Amino acid sequence: MRSLWFRKLMSLLITLVTSVSACVVIGLLLLVLGYIGATGISELSLGFLINDPKPVGEPGSGIANAIVGSFILIAVASVIGMPVGILGGLYLAEFASSRFGTALRFLIDTLTGVPSILIGVFVWTVMVKPMGHFSALSGGVSLAIIMMPIVARTTEEMLRLVPDSMREGALALGAPVWRMSLGVVLRAAAGGVATGAMLAIARIAGETAPLLFTALNRNYLSTNISEPIASLTYQIYYYAGAPYEEWHSMAWAATLVLVAMILGINIVVRVLTRNRHQQ
Amino acid sequence: MDEAENDDMKAVSQTTLPPQALAEKRIVVPERHGKPAARTAERKIRIEDLNFFYGRAQALKRISHDVAPNQVTAYIGPSGCGKSTLIRTLNRMNDVIPGTRVEGRVELDGQDIYAPGTDVVSLRRRVGMVFQKPNPFPRSIFDNVAYGLKINGMARSKSDLADRVEASLRAAALWDEVKDRLNESAYGVSGGQQQRVCIARALAVEPEVLLMDEPTSALDPIATQKIEELIVELKQKYTIVIVTHNMQQAARVSDYTAFFWIGEMIEFSATEKMFTKPDNKMTEDYITGRFG
Repeated sequence: MRSLWFRKLMSLLITLVTSVSACVVIGLLLLVLGYIGATGISELSLGFLINDPKPVGEPGSGIANAIVGSFILIAVASVIGMPVGILGGLYLAEFASSRFGTALRFLIDTLTGVPSILIGVFVWTVMVKPMGHFSALSGGVSLAIIMMPIVARTTEEMLRLVPDSMREGALALGAPVWRMSLGVVLRAAAGGVATGAMLAIARIAGETAPLLFTALNRNYLSTNISEPIASLTYQIYYYAGAPYEEWHSMAWAATLVLVAMILGINIVVRVLTRNRHQQ
Repeated sequence: MDEAENDDMKAVSQTTLPPQALAEKRIVVPERHGKPAARTAERKIRIEDLNFFYGRAQALKRISHDVAPNQVTAYIGPSGCGKSTLIRTLNRMNDVIPGTRVEGRVELDGQDIYAPGTDVVSLRRRVGMVFQKPNPFPRSIFDNVAYGLKINGMARSKSDLADRVEASLRAAALWDEVKDRLNESAYGVSGGQQQRVCIARALAVEPEVLLMDEPTSALDPIATQKIEELIVELKQKYTIVIVTHNMQQAARVSDYTAFFWIGEMIEFSATEKMFTKPDNKMTEDYITGRFG
């Protein structure tokens, strides 16, 4: 038995180390957000949100094209990637045999680790080149490919947290397996699945590299998914790399808009998938 | 009980060896245990030479007995004796556990439920189950009870659905306690009420048999008493099989009792006889609390 003062000292030490680590993590996050807010807010105005970009030096330039473009790209990616990801996760958790499941899980994890620029190149090869031009659709597809494995794996993890007693309860009432999986298990895990989906959206919303090869850019507002389209990340990349002071501050403002957009989507999805009958 | 049955029981007790011998698995289990087949019309379930394996481990060894209709049959025995495994073979709930294997027959109204081509989904509709821990779905009380009705397409209309939910909650002796909070979460009520929600949910699909796997082990004495009273009432309409750790509970609610010991059925008889003059020394030792 260690002496009392030693144990107290250790306890204090561990508490100190863990709380300092937590503060560092949160502190860095707040620092980044604070800096984006502080530098981005000055350029932010209504005109910035609703105008298209103008040539350098001309007043009233905006990023409306990029805001709309990012929304469309995220929407296209979600429409393709979410159902596939969620159903894939459902398959892994509820249906896959252990050997096939392990193999599939490994492949999915590998896909998660593939650099996004490679996915951009891949989609360029199979979609952009045959179609002969860049398009929002191919941009959405490349983002969907990045999204799927993340959604599938988080969905699987969340479904595994649902106790077997809940599955047995449904089966015992004569529910076929598919109904049990969709109506009881997936529903019970809806909150967690939504969190996974949010992570995936946040991840793809911040992607630039695959869009360079797929959606490219467009200098005015467009909603046509078979044409090239602007995106906030491309706009930030473009403005930040330019030699104009004015564009640099616009890049910061666009970053602020992007962060706010992710936060907004996050809140909406959480409210929509909230289950008031949760355990 | 007629003469032949008594004779059979004596035969069993004479061939059964003490626990130590059983534990070392040196003995050959007698061909048939306990009460011989009740007259065909008077059995709802017939279990015949049932063996059950988890992988290579044998959890049930040549179990045979009948379950009488509209009676309560209790399974007792120490932890790990196979009673939960056995009750779960009656609605094929073990099918969901990988690596399990069943040998022998389980008949429901004369039909072997393990015969190839058996529709497990409709079997489970006929043989309902209540579990050890209350396991309501994360939905409202109403939706919990309505779930089975909906998936089986049993309600003709919205009002029919509401009527059936009410009838089920009444049958589970819960209606008066929850009628004003049907749309609240099933997790918002007490453990005993949750368990009765689960009973109502099982009753809603109008099963013929109700399996209860230690339905009161997670409940306090008052909630337990309510469920026990309910069980006695429910046997008017349903055939009930209950697993219990609580010997007094078996004595209070059941008509027949089976005693299990490491995968074997040691004795099966009318509850009254089982708890007053059991044929087997092991049964006597167990129910008087000398082991287990």
